[in-house]
Amino acid sequence: MSEQQLFKVTIDNITIEVPAGTTILNAARKIGGDVAPPAMCYYSKLEGSGGKCRTCLVEVSKGSEKDPRPMPKLVASCRTTIMDGMEVKNITSEKVLDARAGVVEFLLINHPLDCPICDQAGECHLQDLSYEHGSESTRYEFQRRTFKKHDLGPHIQLHMTRCILCYRCVFTADQLTQKREHGVLDRGDHAEIATFIEKSLDNDFIGNVIDVCPVGALTDKTFRFKNRVWFLKPMDAHRDCPTCSGRVTLWNRGDEVYRVTARKDEWGEIEDTPEGKPGWICNTCRFEKKKTSDWIIEGPRNINRHSVIAQGHYAGKIGTNKPTETFAAVNDGRKPHLLMDIHSVSQVNKPEVKLSLIDGPAHSDAFKKNND
Amino acid sequence: MQALTNRVKEVNRKPMSFMEKLYLPAIFKGMAITFSHIFKKKPTIQYPEQKREFSPVFRGLHVLNRDEEGRERCTACGLCAVACPAEAITMEAAERLPGEEHLYREEKYAARYEINMLRCIFCGLCEEACPKDAVYLSETFAPANYTRKGFVYGKEDLLIPNPKTDPQGLAEARGQHI
Repeated sequence: MSEQQLFKVTIDNITIEVPAGTTILNAARKIGGDVAPPAMCYYSKLEGSGGKCRTCLVEVSKGSEKDPRPMPKLVASCRTTIMDGMEVKNITSEKVLDARAGVVEFLLINHPLDCPICDQAGECHLQDLSYEHGSESTRYEFQRRTFKKHDLGPHIQLHMTRCILCYRCVFTADQLTQKREHGVLDRGDHAEIATFIEKSLDNDFIGNVIDVCPVGALTDKTFRFKNRVWFLKPMDAHRDCPTCSGRVTLWNRGDEVYRVTARKDEWGEIEDTPEGKPGWICNTCRFEKKKTSDWIIEGPRNINRHSVIAQGHYAGKIGTNKPTETFAAVNDGRKPHLLMDIHSVSQVNKPEVKLSLIDGPAHSDAFKKNND
Repeated sequence: MQALTNRVKEVNRKPMSFMEKLYLPAIFKGMAITFSHIFKKKPTIQYPEQKREFSPVFRGLHVLNRDEEGRERCTACGLCAVACPAEAITMEAAERLPGEEHLYREEKYAARYEINMLRCIFCGLCEEACPKDAVYLSETFAPANYTRKGFVYGKEDLLIPNPKTDPQGLAEARGQHI
């Protein structure tokens, strides 16, 4: 084959030409915006992912130029490849929106809805999805399922009740690390992510399961309960890491590094490095480098303004400027007569309590020590 | 000159009559109005002894709620702080240790919770944002203080008395301003 064949596909009345073999989802993502169906389990950087959550269902109203019959049922766009002249309806189809609302209801049936506690809140795909497609209340009247707690080691916290069984973490562990130690055990309603014999996951790249998790099932223990993501300032930074690309997003509060994650693109997936490889980051970068001096900061990250994380977040030059005391500058060098240092009154954000350097979540003793 | 509005009144510049020159009738007329007010209903009240009822939608000083078992309801989700237009609310969260279940309702709680009453505009958005029924605006004012330091309210100032260990205190707190 000298030249890749281009197929014409129309998604929500927008026509685009994509190479043969592209899935509908990826074609829609090329158009971008609302046309791209939401995806909870599909992850373009992971081979074999997709086809499990059914949130990306679309209607194919015309199969192809040669066979214009519509597909009888809604199809999962992450697993269906396009045909020449295919016509796809996503948000323009009543059927799709109705089906998606149903899928969201199913995904939320056993979800504990503990967003106020969950560290993923604010960057959770399930939250976004249910805001867009979900209903206000539940019709489910039974006890939500619960699980025996599994300890996944010192860095990763598993909340099985929040899991939607997208298998992304299983694929990550399979494809990124030499040996996978966790998988999905049991069947049906009882299916759960667990390590085989409660083994801790200690692979150099296992921290990436936190980034691929679309919900708050796998979260960073070193960041657990430290702060809410929308009060943190995402900064692009890099360091010379021998094992990984070292290109990360720091989640700062002031100059404290609260959390380190990989850089994510507009679909919530790991960004590629300039060499074109997925920018997975290693555990050392993610869990152990919690000092500003470890990193070379590039500048504030651009955040979509519709995200709650964009509140109080300034990109560009303004974002890197530090506030200074302006009183003397505008009053010919005079100092204010009365100046209240907020730290002399406030118990919050004490300079001597470095939350970011505490290993796990803070407990009452972390605050008692400095109680005055 | 053209009048700016149609409510302009021409000033009467006629010379005063004999009765008007006496002044006394006008003084008695005015005093009669003054004296009649003695017998009218007073619009003021004797404040510390008497108190006026607040409107049911009055938004005053914040309280942090406890549940029936006396556990703190706040989980430090940060929704009040993000809803706050004055950025008056700050908090620090902690994880509940085993053995602290009687103190905190959920596994995460606010170890520190502060409202800067100097910044607060009493809009009530925190109350609206709270998913856990934890923060409420009560029917009382922030008392006056000599220094600004006294207006940073911590958890000990905001939490309501524990209904389990201090039911009397809770009743008093309720009785004071209901």
